[in-house]
Formats: sequence, C-alpha cells, structure tokens
Amino acid sequence: MGKNLAGKTASIIAVLVIFFYGIFFGFNAPKMGSLKTLITNNINLGLDLKGGTHLVLEVHVAEAIASAVDRDAARLETDLQKAGITGATVGRSDPAHPQTIVVSGIPAGKLGDVRNVVQGVDYANYEVTTAPDGSLMLTMKQAAVRDLSARTLDTSIETIRERIDKLGVAEPVIQKYGLGENQILVELPGVSDPARVEEVIQSTAKLEIHAVVGGPWGTEQDALQANNGVIPPDSMLVRGSGSAGAPEQVWLLKRVSEVEGTDFRDAQPSQDQNGRPNIRFTLTTEAGDRFYKYTSEHSANTATPGSMAIVLDNKVREVAGIQSAIRDSGEITGGFTQQQANDLSLMLRTGALPASISYLETRVVGPSLGAASIRQGVIAAVAGMLAVMLFMLVYYRGAGINANLALILNLVILLGFMGFTGATLTLPGIAGVILTIGMGVDSNVLIFERIREELRAGKTAAAAVQQGFAHAWVTIIDTHVTTIVSAAILFLFGTGPVRGFALTLVFGLLANLFTAVFVSRVIFDSHLQKKERGAPLSI
Amino acid sequence: MELFRSTNIDWLGKKWYFLGFSLIFSVAGILSLLFWHHLPLGVDFKGGTQIRVEFAQTPNEAHIRQAMDRAGLHDATIQRISDPSGHAANKVIIALPQSSATDAAHDAGRQSVENALLANYHDSTPSIEQVEIVGPTAGKQLQKQAFLATIYSLIGMLVYLWFRFELIYGVAAVVAVFHDTLITIGAFSLTNQEITLTVIAAILTLIGYSMNDTIVVFDRIRENLALSRRESLAYVVNRSINQTLSRTVISSGLTFLTVLSLYLFGGEVLHGFSFALVVGILIGTYSSIAVAAPMLVAYQEWRAKRGKTATLPAGKKAKA
Repeated sequence: MGKNLAGKTASIIAVLVIFFYGIFFGFNAPKMGSLKTLITNNINLGLDLKGGTHLVLEVHVAEAIASAVDRDAARLETDLQKAGITGATVGRSDPAHPQTIVVSGIPAGKLGDVRNVVQGVDYANYEVTTAPDGSLMLTMKQAAVRDLSARTLDTSIETIRERIDKLGVAEPVIQKYGLGENQILVELPGVSDPARVEEVIQSTAKLEIHAVVGGPWGTEQDALQANNGVIPPDSMLVRGSGSAGAPEQVWLLKRVSEVEGTDFRDAQPSQDQNGRPNIRFTLTTEAGDRFYKYTSEHSANTATPGSMAIVLDNKVREVAGIQSAIRDSGEITGGFTQQQANDLSLMLRTGALPASISYLETRVVGPSLGAASIRQGVIAAVAGMLAVMLFMLVYYRGAGINANLALILNLVILLGFMGFTGATLTLPGIAGVILTIGMGVDSNVLIFERIREELRAGKTAAAAVQQGFAHAWVTIIDTHVTTIVSAAILFLFGTGPVRGFALTLVFGLLANLFTAVFVSRVIFDSHLQKKERGAPLSI
Repeated sequence: MELFRSTNIDWLGKKWYFLGFSLIFSVAGILSLLFWHHLPLGVDFKGGTQIRVEFAQTPNEAHIRQAMDRAGLHDATIQRISDPSGHAANKVIIALPQSSATDAAHDAGRQSVENALLANYHDSTPSIEQVEIVGPTAGKQLQKQAFLATIYSLIGMLVYLWFRFELIYGVAAVVAVFHDTLITIGAFSLTNQEITLTVIAAILTLIGYSMNDTIVVFDRIRENLALSRRESLAYVVNRSINQTLSRTVISSGLTFLTVLSLYLFGGEVLHGFSFALVVGILIGTYSSIAVAAPMLVAYQEWRAKRGKTATLPAGKKAKA
C-alpha cells in the first residue's frame, strides 16, 4: 500500500497545483499582480456581478420572408410581361399566407406558358400548385423558408455586432438565444444606459425609399375613400408625419422599395443649407443605376413627375419631390437631432437589418449593486463554510480535518476549473458554490457515519475505513448523479444566471467526487499507515 | 461527540401524524394559491418593468408615490427594500405592470420612471441600480421553460431511480419531491414573495437535494432487504431510517446552516433564492422520512392485499 499511497498523494498535489494555476492564471499568460486581481482577472464574472446591460431581442423573420416573396412576385409580374402574357394578376404576400404568390385570371390557353415561366430557375424555391379556380399558387418551400430565416438571423447578428463594435464596448456578447430561431442575446459589460444601446441597435432597423403613389390623407378611411375603397395590389398604406411635430398622415406608397438599407454604401452626418442636421448618403453602383433609372423617369421636368418617401421602421419619415435625376448620392433631412443623425448614419454605414426587431427583455445592473452582491455573496459563503468546518472539527475530531481539507480542495478545484474554462461566475453561481459545500459535507458525513457504524460493530480501524468507504460510495454516486441530472437539465433549459448556477453546481459536484472520496481516503490511509493496527481512529 | 447513537424510533407508526402534517401544509399552500395571493410571479415571468433605485437619504415612500402619480404612472407599485438582517436600506423597487399586450414601447416605462425621479429629486440624484424589463413574449417563454425544466428533471430522476432500484422507488421519490415543491411554492404564496428565475433555480436545487435525502434512505433499505429477507418491510424501513438518522440530521443541519448564512448575509438580491432553500431543505429532509419511505410500505401492503408477492423487490443489487 505504501508505494501506492505515495503515488496517490503525488497525484493529489499535482491536481492541486494545476487548479491553483487555473485560479491565478487561467488561459492568460502569467502576469504578476495582487492575489485579488489575479483571481478576478481569471474568473469570468457575470453581468449581475460586474454590472452591465443584458438585452434579448426578437428578429421579425416573417417580415424578411414576406418581403422576399414580394420581390419575387414583382419579378414574376415583369417576367410574365416579357413572356407576352397579359391579363394575369400576380397576388402579393397577404398576411394570412405570407409565403404564397397567387397568379390568377390567367387567360384561356396561356396556363402552359405561365407554368413554363414559374418553373424557371428563378422560382426554384417555390412549390407550384393549381387552385380549383384555375389560378396558380407558388408557395415557398419549407427548406427555403428555414434557410432564409437562418440567414436573416445571422445577418442581424452580424449587423448588430458591427454597430455595437462602433460603440466601443469591451467584450460584448452577441449570439443566438433561446429555443426559437429568432432571438438574439446582447450582453454589454459595463454599459448601464440601455436607451442609447437600444437606439443604436434598433431605431433605424429598416430604412427604405419608396415611390409615392398618392397622399397624404388624414386617416386611413380618407385614403380608402380617395381610392374607391380598394388599395391597389402593388401599393400599401403607410403612416407617418412629413416633418417633425406635424400630425400623423397616411400615404399610399409603392409596395416594393426603390432603395433598401443594404443598398447604402456610405452615410455621413451632415447639415443642410439651413444648418439642420441631415445625412448624406452614397449608394452602391447597382442600386445607384436603379435609382438613376427611376429618378430620371420621374423628375420634376418629365411627363411623370413623382415624389419619394423615406420610410424608417415602416413609418414615413420624409416625403420629397424628385427634383432631378439622382445617381448614387443624396441626402435625407427629417427633423433629426444631431445625435439621431449621427446614430442613423452609423446604422446606414454598417448596413441595415434585414428585418425589424423588437425587445423582449432588458436587464441592467449598475456597477455598485454588482460589487455589493459580490461582497455579500462571499461573506455568506465564508461564514457558511467556517461554521461547517468548525462543526466538523468538533464533531469528528481528527476526521474533521480530512473533511475540511477536502472542502478547501474542492473550492480550489472549482475556482480553478472556472479559470481554465472561462465559465461565468454569477450571483446564483455563488449560491451554487455554497450548495456544493453542503453536498461535499454530506459525502463526508455519509462516509464518517458509516465508519463509526462499522467501528461500533467491532471492526478494526482499517476494516472500518475500508467498509465505510465501500458502502458510502454507492450512496454518494446515486446522490451525485441525480443532482447532476437535474443540474444538467437546468443548464439545457435555463438561461443566463440560472445556467451559471447549474454549471457551477456540476463542476462542484465533479470536484466533490474527487475530494470527498479519493482525497479523504488517501488521508485516512496515510493516517492508518502511521498508526499501529488496532489503535483507535479519531472519528 | 455523537448524537443519535442508536435511535429506535417507530417512524412508520407515526405515519398518520405525518400525513396530517403534510396535508395541512399542502392544503394551506393550495388554498393560498387558489384564493389568496395566488402564484406571486415576479417580473421575470409576468412581464413588466422593475427599477431598483438607491437614494442618498432614506426615501419617503409617499413622496415617491406622488412623483409617480404626477407622471401619470398610477399603476406603479413602490416597495422599500429591507435586508433579512433588518438592515435599513435607502433603496426602493418601483414596478410597473406590463403596459401593453405587445413587445413594442419596451423601454417607455423605464424612461417615464427615470424622468419622474429626475424631476422630483433633482438636488439629490437617485441612482438607478438595476433595471429589468420583460416583455410578454419573454415572460411566457420563461414560464414555459421553467415548467419544462422541472418536469424534465423529475422524469430524468425517475428514470435513473427506476434503473438503479425499482419503479416504485422512483415513483415514491418523485411523489415526495412533488410534495416538497408544492409546499415550497405554497410558502411563497402564503408569504406573498415573488417567484423569480433564481427562485426556480432554487426549487430545482431543492428537488435535487430532497432526492439526495430520499436516496440515502432508499439505499439503506435496499441494503438491509438484501441482508435479511425474513423481517417485515415495515421493520426494515424503520431500521434503515434510524440507521441513517444521524447522517440525515448532521448533513441537513449543516446544509441548512450554509443556506441560512446565505439568507442572512447574502443580501436581498438572493433573498427569494435563499428563502426557497431554507424552506426546501427542512421540508425535503422531512419528506424523505415521512413521505417517501412510508409509500414503499403502503405499496407493499396494497400488493399483499391483492394477493401478489408479499415482499418488495429489493431492486438490483448495488455494486460496492
């Protein structure tokens, strides 16, 4: 047993050294500094402890899908005209069936021609079926919907990341979140002004320029009346005020936008001739060509003069007549403050979000509360631990030392583990540490009580230790596995701080299996080796 | 030092007292859940806005109330924070219910509260320590997640116990744990304390902990059954509880001590969390002795009456 024991002791010391290293240095290159800063640098603190902003937002993925369907419908209309099919109506995505385009009123004998067009490569994402009334229905395939949703979410995350980066936040977390496929988690350590962040992320979630068909009217009823009660299928009613402070009005706009957020190449905050903040923008070449074609056909001195509406988050921000053809640069004036103009041009520079977003959760923790929480949590942990250690010493005497050593080692391993893996310590995580202490003590108590029972039954010290560990081991495994099962489920289904708690608990329990069973046994064995056989055990 | 050196208590003989005790607490909790405070869900689940503000001096609640009323926030609730240790704190929580059925206007509540505070306390600026805004979508999602997490962890543990012992052991343990959860949630309802995400974490922890206690007793029952198949199950169960009693009292007592320290010194942020654990550890320890173990005996008696095997299967033999 002697050699074996030396090997085991060596392995315990090795583990101790490794995890001590983890606490102080973690993944980072070794740096010198005070004990406290070394620990706090290497243990990742959660937002609830160091303060910051936590946002959960939802991307309206359905919007991106609907606008993709709209674009395809507009293209289909052109393609049908090119193929010489007139008279058929192309229905746009209606709210009840956002993924379906309906081609109705197909002239007799032309069905085959229409089919040829819709079976083209441009419409490969659609399933084509024939309705009883002879119209064709193009429904976007599930796989394409999923693809588009995933892409919309990824693009949103990228865009938000770029915007947040420009805010200069250190170590932000921006990632997919939750069980659904449309949520994003944003965590910004040290930022405690959520309003500014929300504005930068969202205020111009979607910017488009639409051609104006008619308006403005005071209410939607007025607008409907002016159009004989029917909104043309290629148009839509949009609310908004022409200029800041003006009462809300309703405009009739072309449904497909002339320019979208992704068409902007650059945007800078600037001022117009009256010194009001505005935004100067530049379009991509492709969008510029498109825009030139439209504006040159509809400028003030042509036969069909027109105006354009700048639509921000589905609200008309400004309506302006087209003075002359614009190719690739222009300006947006809309009664902005300088801050808004700055933020808006930042958004345009970093690309538009593919769909609008809304906020589901905002949590902000001020730095002082975080610091107070750490202090209180640590005081509670230390107080609890001291009370437990004192009791173990009084109640189990010599063996109490085993338990206390195991407890301290457990804590070292747990913190070292967190240093190595970069796991986040949250306030509930500190509670998890306290609970780990409880479970660790329980393992020791189980073993010690069992050893006492064996001793009472008249066994020798060595046999009692052997039997005590053997019997208690079964129970310890059962209790640990069940707790790990529930912690693992908590980790899978929980979020944020709850996850931190679950993770800490799992680490702690694994460390506990090592310390309470293996380390404690080695201490007992080395103790027994020194004693003569039959000498009483201090327990 | 040794407590409970050799106890010989007839636990099963007291099962009617236990049943009465459990019924009183369960029924009180259920009645409160149904008719009194109901389920006092926190902002995490119910949605709404909650702002924690620290003032330079002890704030006058009536004054804050007036400030909120002037700002048109008539449905705001104002609650002064006090530590469990009775520490006077210059802090209040101002809560607004979910303003609308949508996730839009998410931040409006926070802004109006901040504006109202700034307008009324401009000479001693109160500092905003914590803001929590949860929209209806997130709230519903969190409710669903918490429910699923609880159900799944119960199923997970049932399956593990079924695999390690027998189905009846798993069922008895799950019933005991359900009993603990019900009484703990009932305690939250009776004392009208908010159930937040961290409280759910605490309840899941207590499920794990109560399960532990039950398993320690079950392990001993299994061991004793394997040793002596002649004695009646009731006798074996009683002896097993008595044999593990010192461990139960010491372990639970020490865990209770750490949790109590968390409750007393952990600060009011962890108040709900530690309250759930304080209640849960007491009730979890009790239920392993008073609910789970008697169920095994009751099951065996029921089987015997129907003329089936008289002895309870000892389960798969444990490998030591």
